[in-house]
Amino acid sequence: MNKYEVVIGLEIHLELKTRSKLFCSCSTTFGQEPNTNCCPVCLGLPGSLPVFNRRAIELAVTAALALNSKVQLRSRFDRKNYFYPDLPKAYQVSQYDQPLARGGFMEIESGESERIINLERVHLEEEAGKLVHAGNSIMGSAYSLVDYNRAGIPLLEIVTAPDIKSGQEARAFLEDLRSILLYSGASDCKMEEGSLRCDANISLRPQGSEKLGTKAEVKNMNSFRSVELALNYEAERQAEVLSAGGTITQETCHWDEEAKKTIPLRSKEGSSDYRYFPEPDLLPLVLEPAFIDNIYASLPELPAVRRKRLKEKYDLSAATAAQFTVNRALGDFFETAAQDYDRYNNLANWIQGDLQYQLRESGKEADDLDAKKLIELLELLDQGEINRPVAKELLTEMVNSGKSPKKLVKEKGLGRISGDEKLRPLVDQVISENPDAVENYLKGKDKALAFLVGKIMAMTKGRADPAELNKIIKERISNK
Amino acid sequence: MSIDFSKEVDYVARLARLKLKPEEKEIMAGQLSDILDTARKVQEIDTTGVEPTSHVIDLPTVLRDDETGSSLTLSRVLQNAPRRQQDYFKVPSITAKDNGINAGEEA
Ligand SMILES: [Zn+2]
Repeated sequence: MNKYEVVIGLEIHLELKTRSKLFCSCSTTFGQEPNTNCCPVCLGLPGSLPVFNRRAIELAVTAALALNSKVQLRSRFDRKNYFYPDLPKAYQVSQYDQPLARGGFMEIESGESERIINLERVHLEEEAGKLVHAGNSIMGSAYSLVDYNRAGIPLLEIVTAPDIKSGQEARAFLEDLRSILLYSGASDCKMEEGSLRCDANISLRPQGSEKLGTKAEVKNMNSFRSVELALNYEAERQAEVLSAGGTITQETCHWDEEAKKTIPLRSKEGSSDYRYFPEPDLLPLVLEPAFIDNIYASLPELPAVRRKRLKEKYDLSAATAAQFTVNRALGDFFETAAQDYDRYNNLANWIQGDLQYQLRESGKEADDLDAKKLIELLELLDQGEINRPVAKELLTEMVNSGKSPKKLVKEKGLGRISGDEKLRPLVDQVISENPDAVENYLKGKDKALAFLVGKIMAMTKGRADPAELNKIIKERISNK
Repeated sequence: MSIDFSKEVDYVARLARLKLKPEEKEIMAGQLSDILDTARKVQEIDTTGVEPTSHVIDLPTVLRDDETGSSLTLSRVLQNAPRRQQDYFKVPSITAKDNGINAGEEA
């Protein structure tokens, strides 16, 4: 394997988060009854004309800018011609030699180091319909069923340069890409609903060689994990073929999730000739510089920037900063709370630990919580009004009922029991009830003291402070 | 011109999934030759400094707001379907021929 360098390029398709389709006003809602979101435009009926959805253009430009890609003031749409039943018009409206945006790059964290992955282009096209294969086995079915609800949903295509060097890096790239797209609001990026899909080109070349080897295209990877597995598998396979003196045939293969291997598909004779030509039903897309500038100005803080800022501003660990970036709501909650509380790492620990656990248990979101209440709780703890086990109990209550910790302390009488006045009667009671322990203590057995403290802690349901009890018990015994 | 275009005709016919009879191919080859001659004539024009045009109307495209409207009813959607099953269009399997795996060029 070390003899060869792995060269990977990715092609990502993602559905943009619009209400209506790219060229018509049919709904884009997922999971509707089949063929109910269709009209003459998205069915490709003769005489219908497409009209661009402004929001789709805005989201496409947003995504392109977030990926540092250069948005073109003028771009063009072309017909990509091929026959496949998920395509009602027998062509797909796509972009060919004048894409919406050119170039671009993403910075990813690969192991310890940061790497730049360049992009070739970002373009806009229309989504195809969905094929449902009849029967349980694909093999045996004599026909397929088609649902055109998905046809015409705006689809963004992102093509990377062959800059990726391993399955792990491909996965890291996709995870960061998803964060960026979620942050910029361009897409839901739900791989399980198919709103984000990824194909890959992979080839090997001898270390140090500049010339690209023959590539294979890998499709049907349904999760980031399968992208990683599939590409590592395919790299190994190609290395074995090359090491044995063989050659790689340019082919398309499917990732078989069950068998955990790539399976070559029959070559598609000459079908790569898509005969692109300018879509006569659409005029060129011309964007005003101000339109692009406005979108650029309203871009949210992007993940890489946020990660760095969280680390520096709050002195958080890289792992914590990463978690507060991937889980944006949790990170936002942290930042809101940090406005009123400056023991940042303590705050981060509580949020990542107990709070996140309680959110999972109760099925609530960080957005549902009032950061001020968590701060109230932490301050009660810091000031010694409550002890740690009580704080954890209160947190559970707080998440479930939304009540203020101060109120809960009063209501439930959970405040710390302290001071001679309150503790002395309890100490005296325990001393008189446990003469043996007192005797043992006087003989110098420290365990006996711990036993007496434990008795009082049980009586107060953990609300007293063991150190304070130690002191008072010693006093009372020596005063006898 | 007497260039033989029969290969090109075969190629284009295959891409378009057309089955042509030999006499049809001959007619098409002749027509293709004429069309290319005309294109060649157009190419003789000196276009230095002229911006390529992809559309005869010199206007930017129109954008619409992202609002949903009504779609067709299911019966209208499926009205022209040659075959249907439940609420789906029914089409010949692409997969059977492809040895069990979907070899299509999905977008
Ligand atoms: Zn429609």
